[in-house]
Amino acid sequence: MAGKLDNPSLFEFLLRMGDNTLILGHRVSEWCGHAPVLEEDIALANTALDLIGQTQMWLGLAGEVEGKGRSADDLAFLRDAWDFRNALMLELPNGDFGQTLMRQFLFDAWQVVMLGRLMQSTDARVAAIAAKASKEAAYHVERSGHTVVGLGDGTEESHRRMQEALDYLYPYVGELFVSDAIDTAVAEAGIAPKLETLREEYDALVGRVLSAATLSIPGGSYVHQGGRDGRMHTEHLGHLLSSMQWLQRAYPGCEW
Amino acid sequence: MQVSSDQVWAWLSALPDPEIPVISLVELGVIRGVAWEDDTCVVTVTPTYSGCPATSMIERDIEAELKTKGIEKVELRRQLAPAWTTDWMTDEARAKLEAYGIAPPEPAGGPKRCPRCGSEKLEKISQFGSTPCKAQWRCIDCLEPFEYFKCI
Ligand SMILES: [Zn+2]
Repeated sequence: MAGKLDNPSLFEFLLRMGDNTLILGHRVSEWCGHAPVLEEDIALANTALDLIGQTQMWLGLAGEVEGKGRSADDLAFLRDAWDFRNALMLELPNGDFGQTLMRQFLFDAWQVVMLGRLMQSTDARVAAIAAKASKEAAYHVERSGHTVVGLGDGTEESHRRMQEALDYLYPYVGELFVSDAIDTAVAEAGIAPKLETLREEYDALVGRVLSAATLSIPGGSYVHQGGRDGRMHTEHLGHLLSSMQWLQRAYPGCEW
Repeated sequence: MQVSSDQVWAWLSALPDPEIPVISLVELGVIRGVAWEDDTCVVTVTPTYSGCPATSMIERDIEAELKTKGIEKVELRRQLAPAWTTDWMTDEARAKLEAYGIAPPEPAGGPKRCPRCGSEKLEKISQFGSTPCKAQWRCIDCLEPFEYFKCI
């Protein structure tokens, strides 16, 4: 049943959605001009572009809901590390090409499931953004999934690197499925699903692809957390922001 | 000056897409509405891809064109729902794309034939291309690479 939700909770929820795509979009854009082959370079740049486009929609709505006159650009370029609400996995450095695509796949799969549910949101604005973004996410997961299978079930070296990437990244996945008070309030208002309920569909999708990739999901139950609620980011976020935000910091209000 | 909405549509039909100039913005399906609100002409635009850099260029082109035609107050509104789909592209636009060398979108998810020689023996090179809306394919018969307008 849809209840009433206060604006600060909705604002927080929208930051979590928009910061995920912003931070990952920036990371992926770091590959521009550096990918192993031209087609992959173009694919990575286009993926980053879609993620930044989704960010404009989420953070644009966040600014509107907050009601203090902040634009998507203000939120992206003028907040400091402790105000960011992205999941920790997305701020980690890219690593090699395989690790970048493994992360992309683990996030794309979450996006596909999450956005699919958000299309049923009681908030029409959220549902509209989800409908738009889910088409792009479906395209992304097709590519990242194929690449994970190609490299996982590839040469001895590519297999080893993909397994290492999965071992490294998998403990960060759990954060995407843990609800705190904000997520619970948003779920009770019918605006978003309860994150825990996404897990079954996610595990089925990810399990199918990883098994085709001959990769094994690591054991262990430890979950790195703290990004979505802003309690504790990794040391990497500050470095990322200093590169992403320097122009607005050095020349406030600069436009082109 | 207040002209009819039909006249505004006619003017907009002459505006080319900035990245694929053989089709117009109206044929592409991104202009969703034209309406007068008092003395302001409100044009509603939907983006093809959320991050497509052409969207702001398209909005600038529309505004500039209508001002040239003598409309003083123009307002651009972005509309997300319903999300843009390649189904809105007219048959005429599809034919123009193919003649230009870009295979038009197909529900099956890949091009039907090579826009140059018509062969149906094709292979995908990359899911992405020079703009967010295109993918790269190659013809196995004439060996030419070509772009395919993604179906979304
Ligand atoms: Zn051919």
